[in-house]
Amino acid sequence: MSIKIQEVSKTFGRFQAIKPLDLTIHEGEMVGLLGPSGSGKTTLLRILAGLEQADSGRIFFSNKEVTQLHVRDRRVGFVFQNYALFRHMTVADNIAFGLEVLPKSQRPSKAEIKSRVAELLDKIELGHLGDRYPAQLSGGQKQRVALARALAMQPRVLLLDEPFGALDARVRKELRRWLRDLHDELGFTSVFVTHDQEEALEVSDRVVVMSQGQIEQQATPEDLYHQPANRFVYDFLGQVNVFQGEVQGQRLQQNQAWVAFPHGSQVTPGQLYLRSHEITLAREPDARAHLPLTIKAVNLIGAEVRLELEPQGWEADDLWEAAISHAEYNAWQPQRGETCYALPMNGQLFVEQQEQPQRLNWSFQEKTPGLALA
Amino acid sequence: MKHQQRIADQPWLRRLLITLAVAAIGVLLVVPLMAIFAQAFSAGAGVFWDNLTDEYTLHAIGLTLLVAGLTVPLNLVFGTFLAWLVTRFDFPGRKLLITLIDIPFAVSPVVAGLLYLLLYGSNGWLGSWLMDQDIQLMFAWPGIVMVTVFITCPFVARELIPLMQQQGASEEEAAITLGANGWQMFRRVTLPNIQWALLYGVVLTNARAVGEFGAVAVVSGNIRGETNTLPLHVELLYQDYNLVGAFTSASLLAGMALITLLLKTLLEWRQHKVTH
Repeated sequence: MSIKIQEVSKTFGRFQAIKPLDLTIHEGEMVGLLGPSGSGKTTLLRILAGLEQADSGRIFFSNKEVTQLHVRDRRVGFVFQNYALFRHMTVADNIAFGLEVLPKSQRPSKAEIKSRVAELLDKIELGHLGDRYPAQLSGGQKQRVALARALAMQPRVLLLDEPFGALDARVRKELRRWLRDLHDELGFTSVFVTHDQEEALEVSDRVVVMSQGQIEQQATPEDLYHQPANRFVYDFLGQVNVFQGEVQGQRLQQNQAWVAFPHGSQVTPGQLYLRSHEITLAREPDARAHLPLTIKAVNLIGAEVRLELEPQGWEADDLWEAAISHAEYNAWQPQRGETCYALPMNGQLFVEQQEQPQRLNWSFQEKTPGLALA
Repeated sequence: MKHQQRIADQPWLRRLLITLAVAAIGVLLVVPLMAIFAQAFSAGAGVFWDNLTDEYTLHAIGLTLLVAGLTVPLNLVFGTFLAWLVTRFDFPGRKLLITLIDIPFAVSPVVAGLLYLLLYGSNGWLGSWLMDQDIQLMFAWPGIVMVTVFITCPFVARELIPLMQQQGASEEEAAITLGANGWQMFRRVTLPNIQWALLYGVVLTNARAVGEFGAVAVVSGNIRGETNTLPLHVELLYQDYNLVGAFTSASLLAGMALITLLLKTLLEWRQHKVTH
């Protein structure tokens, strides 16, 4: 079932939770609503479910208007952030609830309900826990029961509010893969809310980034990461190194530190945003940049070695971060307190008053030091 | 385990405090309670029985049961609706309403009785109009029920509001998204979650409805065999120097109080078990 949102807005008292926005979600798609708290993502999800009434705008499910349709008639599956399992019912009764409240004419027989519940319990791999109460389950188990309860009604749309928010990192990873598999197997349309960019980028077909009640960008995870529409999206999607400078000749300069503009780029003052994988570290500066940094911390845990770096003789709001491979680390053996130089490969230049960044690329100059102005 | 010396860890002080507390409870609570039953039976079980089956006593018992029987269901429904309203909906004046619920606790029952008398008495604003319609509320059982409802209306709501606030609305929302209608949601989700608190509220409401003296005294008119509730009856008998009779009726109220306490403890234990 596809979902179309037209000019939907919502205010709570004087707070505008959602500014009028449009969004289309295709049949069978898995969309992540990503944003910081207060960005309106949960409100939007609740409006889709009918738990909240929009102030204006229209909502369509498969081209049929549902704006005025009551929650219980929208037939969407909703998974709540705190699971919202019925605490006085067993796991099996929780899952059976939706079937048991059906009007008599549509309700399956007792035996049918029982076999449906058993089937779902197997699907969530909790077949042996049907008689337990929610309080006796772990967080990950509760979340799976909540999913099974929503899926019992075989909804064509599944809405999930921070589905993995309260779980620890390992269970979280496992559950989101499981959810993705389930989505692919059953083919429903899913929308989930998260503030975790990694989660959104890993699971979604498409990510909708929201802030302050509006959509900042909607794109595939790949496009979002490589072509952020604006500064907010760029900032929100992960750690970023910022260099702010004025134009001097062909360089972006701050005190003694500078970055040379690559050939063919527009020379303007602004803020240069560099992801940690978009820079390399060297013992000496070259023609691309002169960015001296002091090594503050070395973190060896993980696939790469991460270095925290403090600007030397120039300023940035946050420490810089860079990653090098373990092989590089072993060859170089950087120590805390040592000086090194950052060299850019790719980056985005944000210019005052301009939403869209300018993409800069130094890679073809890499092997030709001295060609750029020095 | 390292033992930290706290004030009460000095054995003599601990013993002294415990003795004092037990003595105070004995003198202030247990002895008077025993005295009620001792006095009631002081002239033998036969006299106790005669006093109990006295025409006016039986009528007082009946009237008290009628008042409690009407008050409890009324406030059960009212309290549940009120708690539902203030915990599940956000509207202007919600905080004010929560504060207003406590008025019957804050106002002296005698004042409450007087207010009703002024409003509904034969010279009152509404009372004079009612008089013209030939409806008498004050100095009759409807008046007694009205003030008792007023005095006891916070009990159920006050028990439910904190619990329902803590539980939140998400289970109910889940029930609705799963297709339940309003009644199914209330019966299968809301009610099981609040049932013990609700019963607790009912027990307290009932205890107060049976025992209320001040407000009832103002509006009842103390007509023996007509508008005399059990607490009023105790006072009348006492003024008649019928001590044994007064204590017989009082022992009924005391027995009722003991049962209430027992129920209350049971319910608290039960609720604790459910939520933990």
